[in-house]
Amino acid sequence: MIARHQTILFTVLVAASAGMGVALWNQLEHAHQRLLAGEDSASTKAPEVAPAEQATLLVANDNDNSLITETQSLPLPQDAESRARVILGKLLDLYAASESTHPVSGGAASVAQVFLLPAPGPDTGTGESKLADSKPGSANGPQLAVVNLTGSFAASHPSGIEVETLTIQSICATLHANLPRVTEVRFLVDGHSRATLAGHADLTRTYLASDAVPAAGPHS
Amino acid sequence: MLQESRTSRTKSPRRPIAASVLLLATTFSAAQSGPAPQPAPPPPAPRFVVVLDASHGGDDTGGRIGDAQEKAFTLALSVRLRSLLGARGIQVITTRESDTNLDANRRAEITNHANAQACLSLHASETGSGIHLFASSLAPAASGRLSAWKTAQAAWVTRSLALAGVVNSVLLHADLPVSLGRTTLATIDSMTCPAIALEVSPTRGPGNAITAGLDDPAYQARVAEALAAALLEWKTEVHQP
Repeated sequence: MIARHQTILFTVLVAASAGMGVALWNQLEHAHQRLLAGEDSASTKAPEVAPAEQATLLVANDNDNSLITETQSLPLPQDAESRARVILGKLLDLYAASESTHPVSGGAASVAQVFLLPAPGPDTGTGESKLADSKPGSANGPQLAVVNLTGSFAASHPSGIEVETLTIQSICATLHANLPRVTEVRFLVDGHSRATLAGHADLTRTYLASDAVPAAGPHS
Repeated sequence: MLQESRTSRTKSPRRPIAASVLLLATTFSAAQSGPAPQPAPPPPAPRFVVVLDASHGGDDTGGRIGDAQEKAFTLALSVRLRSLLGARGIQVITTRESDTNLDANRRAEITNHANAQACLSLHASETGSGIHLFASSLAPAASGRLSAWKTAQAAWVTRSLALAGVVNSVLLHADLPVSLGRTTLATIDSMTCPAIALEVSPTRGPGNAITAGLDDPAYQARVAEALAAALLEWKTEVHQP
């Protein structure tokens, strides 16, 4: 004879097992649906090979504190933000190469993102937007480029006023040379504002892209 | 005789009164015309103060210079330059005299209180060649009663560029390689004086080979002597009518 309380316990355990089975089945179904939804959002279109175009790079030279204009043929995407990122990636690849006139490690991967936003207008104390006959915020108006660098790039960047200033100026001037609507540039590191690049050059400022070329040439 | 004697006797009590009147008249006259003219003291020497800001310090070591740190190099240069300028009769104020932490705002505070005629932010780096001179990249602006702290240098940029020009000229005359540029450095951007940042690097020859390193005492002495001469030249220029 089975005791009454044992019968009740057995029934409860069977019911709990069944409930847990149903719950697991539901979770499995949900996970499967999420997976399918992820596959749907992924691109099924093969990447197109962008046609090669001429890009102008302003390459820094530590020896005489100058920027040298260099033209490179690169496959450039049509999207302006991707285009800016590819061009800056090429610039930083040149700096990471051996025999570089401005040795900085990191290369193309150091530019995490480039965002292009309508320029808010003249910045305090730094001058005015140089793009004539266009108003801030309009479709053809001046743009603010926000360059998000990686933390590893900033951490490994050589320390010094000249070397840091040249990196910033070459990025600003290269952006302006290829995307003339870019009149202002701001920098982030790993998505956050940072006081200096490597202890000297101020990264909290908005830079005027057109003013990036050093005012005075080299002297010897 | 007797008459004369009488007369003299009767006149004698009037003498003190006449003397008193004469004294009063003289005193009144002197009070009206002021003190007697004395030779004017020589005019005080025009004030000329230099601020030396040895960059970094404390936890902020700055860049690496071989086995040394930038903060130590800048402090040593500041101390040497202070002695040279003091020997030339120039009043010097330094932002730090030891290995202490100072942020950019504190440095600018010390500098701005000094009301100096020249402010030098001293730096060192292993990259590049020779002496790099930088003025603020802020656009020149008219000086107002109130200016934003982070862009206070805008009202002084023109004078800072003139100072950079004088220092550049003297350093070139001393046969030191120099480059001029503009930069955004929080410390000098907040200074209200003719201010430049000066970065000392090794000198290099063909093939980028170092001809004089930052640890070379002779090179350090040359740089300090040339800077002292440059500031003396700037003093002469500042005091020209």
